[in-house]
Amino acid sequence: MSQTLTAVKPSRPWKITPKQVLPDLLGAIFTVAATFAIVAISPLKGKLGFVLTLIFMAIITATAVSWIRRDRKAAMNSTTTVLVYIAAAFVIVPLISVIYEIVKLGSVGFSFGIFTDDMAETSSESPLTEGGLLHAVIGTAYIVTFATLLATPIGILTALYIVEVKGRFAGLVRFFVQAMSGVPSIVAGLFIFAVWMIQLGNAYSGIAGGFALTVLMIPTVARTSEEVLKLIPQDLREAGLALGATQWRTVAMVIIPAARSGLVTAIILGVARVVGETAPLLLTVGGADAINLNPSQGNMSAIPYYVWKNLLIGNENSISRAWLGVFVLMILVLIIFTLARYFSTARGNKK
Amino acid sequence: MSTTDGTNTNNDREERMSQVTGKQGNINKDRSAAKHTVATHSLSDVASARRAKIGQPTAGSTGLEARGVHAWFGKKHVLEDISMDFFSGTVTALIGPSGCGKSTFIRILNRMHEFIPTASLAGQVLLDGKDVYEPGVDVTKIRLRVGMVFQKPNPFPSMTIKENVLSGLRLAQIKIENADELLESCLRRAGLWDEVKDRLNEYGGALSGGQQQRLCIARSLAVNPQVLLMDEPCSALDPGSTLRIEETVRELSASMSIVIVTHNMQQAARVSDYTGFFLSDGGPGRLIEIGTTEEIFTNPKQQRTEDYVSGRFG
Repeated sequence: MSQTLTAVKPSRPWKITPKQVLPDLLGAIFTVAATFAIVAISPLKGKLGFVLTLIFMAIITATAVSWIRRDRKAAMNSTTTVLVYIAAAFVIVPLISVIYEIVKLGSVGFSFGIFTDDMAETSSESPLTEGGLLHAVIGTAYIVTFATLLATPIGILTALYIVEVKGRFAGLVRFFVQAMSGVPSIVAGLFIFAVWMIQLGNAYSGIAGGFALTVLMIPTVARTSEEVLKLIPQDLREAGLALGATQWRTVAMVIIPAARSGLVTAIILGVARVVGETAPLLLTVGGADAINLNPSQGNMSAIPYYVWKNLLIGNENSISRAWLGVFVLMILVLIIFTLARYFSTARGNKK
Repeated sequence: MSTTDGTNTNNDREERMSQVTGKQGNINKDRSAAKHTVATHSLSDVASARRAKIGQPTAGSTGLEARGVHAWFGKKHVLEDISMDFFSGTVTALIGPSGCGKSTFIRILNRMHEFIPTASLAGQVLLDGKDVYEPGVDVTKIRLRVGMVFQKPNPFPSMTIKENVLSGLRLAQIKIENADELLESCLRRAGLWDEVKDRLNEYGGALSGGQQQRLCIARSLAVNPQVLLMDEPCSALDPGSTLRIEETVRELSASMSIVIVTHNMQQAARVSDYTGFFLSDGGPGRLIEIGTTEEIFTNPKQQRTEDYVSGRFG
């Protein structure tokens, strides 16, 4: 018994062997070679011509190979597979090239010194070793934290109203949330500018910027939370209610914990939506070159604002600073997302 | 007296076992046949082999009564004039084909019916003589006294086994004094303690389907309900888990009244003291016949009941 057991080796018969890969590899080599040949003899020129020919040839080759080896159905399958891969490449290639560009240009002036200094006593022409963007990092931290603190409860409670309470105005509220998510960001800035600053007579401040971003963040948080809450099975609601809980206790103890990681995603998406916003901040925070630790008073900067301002100045060092700002913003967002993911899955939901 | 009781219960269990586990059943069958001259295992034998606890409502508590209950979804009349008594300390099974309103009826008993937006009803549901639908009644208190176990096991995924059992108390904001003691007693009564006592801090989703369902039963028991409603609690479970749950139901019935909806007539015969037969002939569902389980399965008064329990339709 034990001997037969040891004689049996685990294997994976479904794994693709090198022999099976060979035709595909030949097909790929043929595709690339044919593309070079076509570009060489035809009037198609440049990278665009090459890419278009490559796509065309890849579809033709994959279809032909499958048709010859198998049948028409296999050929259709190959065609769609190649199309799906191409679509994925269209998404990934630009994204990677953007990240590559940011890292290449932004990491030039990167040093930890930039997190200890502001631009108050540094002129735009100064070398990158002088000055820093601490004021912008602080500004973004204040503004985005403020917006998150306001938009998260409002957004999630709105979603709860639509999904859990199913109140009389649920349809209307959903409609407005959807309409709000299409509002151009500068309109949010203008709204706060008109109401908070002109009507109520407040000056530029971090809080005003936070309000503007809140307006943009609420619809994202609310819509994503709504989708997440809809995924919670009806069974769980009924189980909670059948145990003699009020609706509020069921939502607080059963629904929200079950949806927690999804709700964290909703907040992350909301932060992602607003952290790079420049237009509403132009109208509400005023911009600054010095550190301002008081969010309720005085002009404030933010990383997108820092990028915008340095790009406008336009000399070589300030453009480098703009790239640096983009780089720092990207790293900050990455850190926030990683932390949020970590904490949302740290306890529970280990199904 | 006590010895006869003992043998009776043993035989009950063997009967029930044999219904569930085919192979073992043959051995048991021979033994019980020798003792009891029960020749075959028809439903009526199963029903009459078990000594039913009939007709002695526990003093002071009349339990639950439905009086002339009708139900609608929108304009569709789904239940017509259902009147039933559920005595304390007994198990009542509701049988009948799909779509005849059994589930709707038990959801009416603990006011879960009202969560369906188009639902409406007429009639009275009396718990200890008071209508649960009377204006001003605190519905959460009703549901604390009338617990429910659902068809699909639904433990709370974000809670551990321990938290799941005690969740009812926390949800209803009742103070827990001796949590560990309560935890153990609930899990024991649900027949789950031995399987989970070393893993109380694991998540409920890690258990098997049958264990999850018993966890849900334990969760319902923690709030100490007077009535436990079970909506096809075994329909998603394997025979072994079904047997465990049926044993649990028998043990629980000493201290509360249990209403169990089932499509499995064997199950109704095995666990219940009373059986109600529901039927809908295209129109609203009606209670065709209610009686002791033995009566329904051996000598039903209505032809349609006999057709159904003997498997001639449905």
